[in-house]
Amino acid sequence: MRHTISVQVENKFGVLSRVAGLFSGRGYNIESISVGETIDPKISVMTIVTSGENQIVEQINKQLNKLIDVIKVQDLFDVDHVEREMVLVKIAPPQEQKAEVLRLAEIFRGRVVDSSLKTYTIEITGDEKKIEAFLELVKPMGVKEFVRSGKIAIAREKTKS
Amino acid sequence: MKVSGAEIVVESLKKEGVTHIFGYPGGVVLNLFDYLYDAKDIKLLLTRHEQGATHMADGYARSTGRVGVALVTSGPGATNTVTGIATAAMDSIPIVVLTGQVPTMLIGNDAFQEADIVGITRPCTKYNYLVKNIDDLADTIREAFHIASTGRPGPVLIDLPRDISSGMANFNWPEKVQIRSYNPTVEGNRKMIEKAVEEISKSKKPVIIAGGGVILSGASEELKELAEFTQVPVTTTLMGIGSFPSTHHLSLGMPGMHGTYYANMAIQNSDLIVAIGMRFDDRVTGKISAFAPNATIVHIDIDPTSIRKNVHVDVPIVGDCKNVLKTLNQIVKAGKQPQWTEIRKSWLKQLDDWKELRPLCYKYSDTVIKPQYVIEKLYEATGGDAIITTEVGQNQMWAAQFFKFDKPRTFLSSGGLGTMGYGFPAAIGAQVANPGKTVIDIAGDGSIQMNIQELATAVIYELPVKVAILNNRYLGMVRQWQELFFKERYSHSHLNTVPDFVKVAEAYSAVGLRAEKPSEVEPVIREALKTNKTVFMDFVIDWKEKVFPMVPAGAAIDQMMFDDEEVPKKETKKLKAIK
Ligand SMILES: Cc1ncc(C[n+]2csc(CCOP(=O)(O)OP(=O)(O)O)c2C)c(N)n1
Ligand SMILES: [Mg+2]
Repeated sequence: MRHTISVQVENKFGVLSRVAGLFSGRGYNIESISVGETIDPKISVMTIVTSGENQIVEQINKQLNKLIDVIKVQDLFDVDHVEREMVLVKIAPPQEQKAEVLRLAEIFRGRVVDSSLKTYTIEITGDEKKIEAFLELVKPMGVKEFVRSGKIAIAREKTKS
Repeated sequence: MKVSGAEIVVESLKKEGVTHIFGYPGGVVLNLFDYLYDAKDIKLLLTRHEQGATHMADGYARSTGRVGVALVTSGPGATNTVTGIATAAMDSIPIVVLTGQVPTMLIGNDAFQEADIVGITRPCTKYNYLVKNIDDLADTIREAFHIASTGRPGPVLIDLPRDISSGMANFNWPEKVQIRSYNPTVEGNRKMIEKAVEEISKSKKPVIIAGGGVILSGASEELKELAEFTQVPVTTTLMGIGSFPSTHHLSLGMPGMHGTYYANMAIQNSDLIVAIGMRFDDRVTGKISAFAPNATIVHIDIDPTSIRKNVHVDVPIVGDCKNVLKTLNQIVKAGKQPQWTEIRKSWLKQLDDWKELRPLCYKYSDTVIKPQYVIEKLYEATGGDAIITTEVGQNQMWAAQFFKFDKPRTFLSSGGLGTMGYGFPAAIGAQVANPGKTVIDIAGDGSIQMNIQELATAVIYELPVKVAILNNRYLGMVRQWQELFFKERYSHSHLNTVPDFVKVAEAYSAVGLRAEKPSEVEPVIREALKTNKTVFMDFVIDWKEKVFPMVPAGAAIDQMMFDDEEVPKKETKKLKAIK
């Protein structure tokens, strides 16, 4: 099962390698990891996408919690949450497909963030499905490279009824 | 008033109650050594290798429960501590290792004797620090001791760049430590403890497996109370030896690969396992899918990651063993009382039968010395009143099987990492912490050579450590595996009779004694125990002797192999492996 785990850590030197080292040292999967500051500059949040059997994921959660610099671990598997990822795609479409590329970008609410005589660089933000779908569609149109940000996620606020 | 970083370090150590540091100097720690030169109330013992220093700190810690401290230089000094740190980490031993580092300005430049020791030790410390600001120094040391000694204990490393120890700052000792992201759970969940009590009252065939956590939390009394009150037999893992008296009628000795027949049979046939401060290591469980097939498992441990890591647990209790057992005992005593002796009668009878069927035994010889005989004689001569350390290999297993330990913190052995070369420096550390006490390293001829240079440390500080070398001229445990599983192809396990241990001891101004015949064993031991000096006893033992019982790697723990010759007369079955 795939789990997205949100980990609050002390914004200290070496924390990323402690977390990364935990995954590599114990042979856990890590599909993506993204790190950034939070509202409190002393705290960072890492969003980690991992997968494994239940017992392994339970261990991953516990092992993360055990790290001294980890303040809070939230496995979003059973939590209603929003997740986003960004991709930057550089495409060099043949002349006759240039318009189609721009049209697709628009359908996916993307933006052209850079263009040259031969290429467009398009930014798409969304959940994983959306990004994969876009990449799938533009693949035959001359994708030169793309970069993905890795997932970030946040739990939804419970709406009062 | 500003004082030097070196002064802050040493004065902070004193505030933590440190009286002994095991260390080795070098360029970037000279300020610290200079301050220690005439510091009062704290003594640095110069070792002969940094690995020795860390094992000494470890032996000091294991034998007392206090934090052991080592101080070494950067680069090679620091990397030499890695084995000692990893050894302490695997066995949850509180030590603080201070390493020098090149000046902050030079870090990352491949400076002379620079090693990224914080990076290197990240996976084998509980936590580690690089001090970048002298104003953080005192707080860092306070935190390091707190982290090392609380929760599940472990080693903490502090890397001190030269400009930090030579810099100047105000010394403010923090009275309190508060780390918001570090709050070990020490009290067990009461509901779960009640559930555990229910299981214990219900069980017909219960076993307690006690591990090193019982010793670390000082829960031996509580354990004994529980076992006696509810009449539950206790098996102690290698790390748990001493947590429950080996001479107690409820004691089953050690379980696992070289465990007793009756401990392994008890586990496999039990309907309830109460695991206390142990972590279901593969040397204990054998084939995991066949482990204790009919047992409900109650698991008490302070480290949540130990629970459900290797085995399924029905009643998990996260907490400090001592606290949990206290509550558990209260609940047991307050509740409805089953007729404990009555409901356990047939189970305890069964265990007695197993004990009688296959006791730990060996075949005595009056021509060649058997290692088990040496250990029995050591036990007799000391009356069991000694701290025993071990090396790794057959020596370790024989010590665990044939010496008897009635008190915690008297058996010090590298269980998790299995570090050859641990026992001798650990014995030195234990002797420093326990001046009047008899401290004996039960060693192999291979292992002792891994830190033999510490003879100098023992001699110079007049530490009367005794080393009993079970000299089989082999890396015996390796040879045993080769004999049993590699068609007797003894690839690179023969050591010959090099060196002459008596002469080595004498070269270091220690005492060297040798026994080559069984009749010489006792006199050698008596003489060694009489002298107030460091002694090497070279026991030339039967090289063919193997450790039994033995569970082959990957087999269930009731699939034990025995030495046929060792089976007592009344035993009629002559099976290599019995189920
Ligand atoms: C540092 C280290 N290297 C290698 C091993 C693997 N090993 C385990 S037991 C053993 C043999 C130990 O020989 P010795 O000290 O003579 O003990 P014996 O088994 O003969 O009693 C070896 C090489 C180890 N445990 N530690
Ligand atoms: Mg040997």
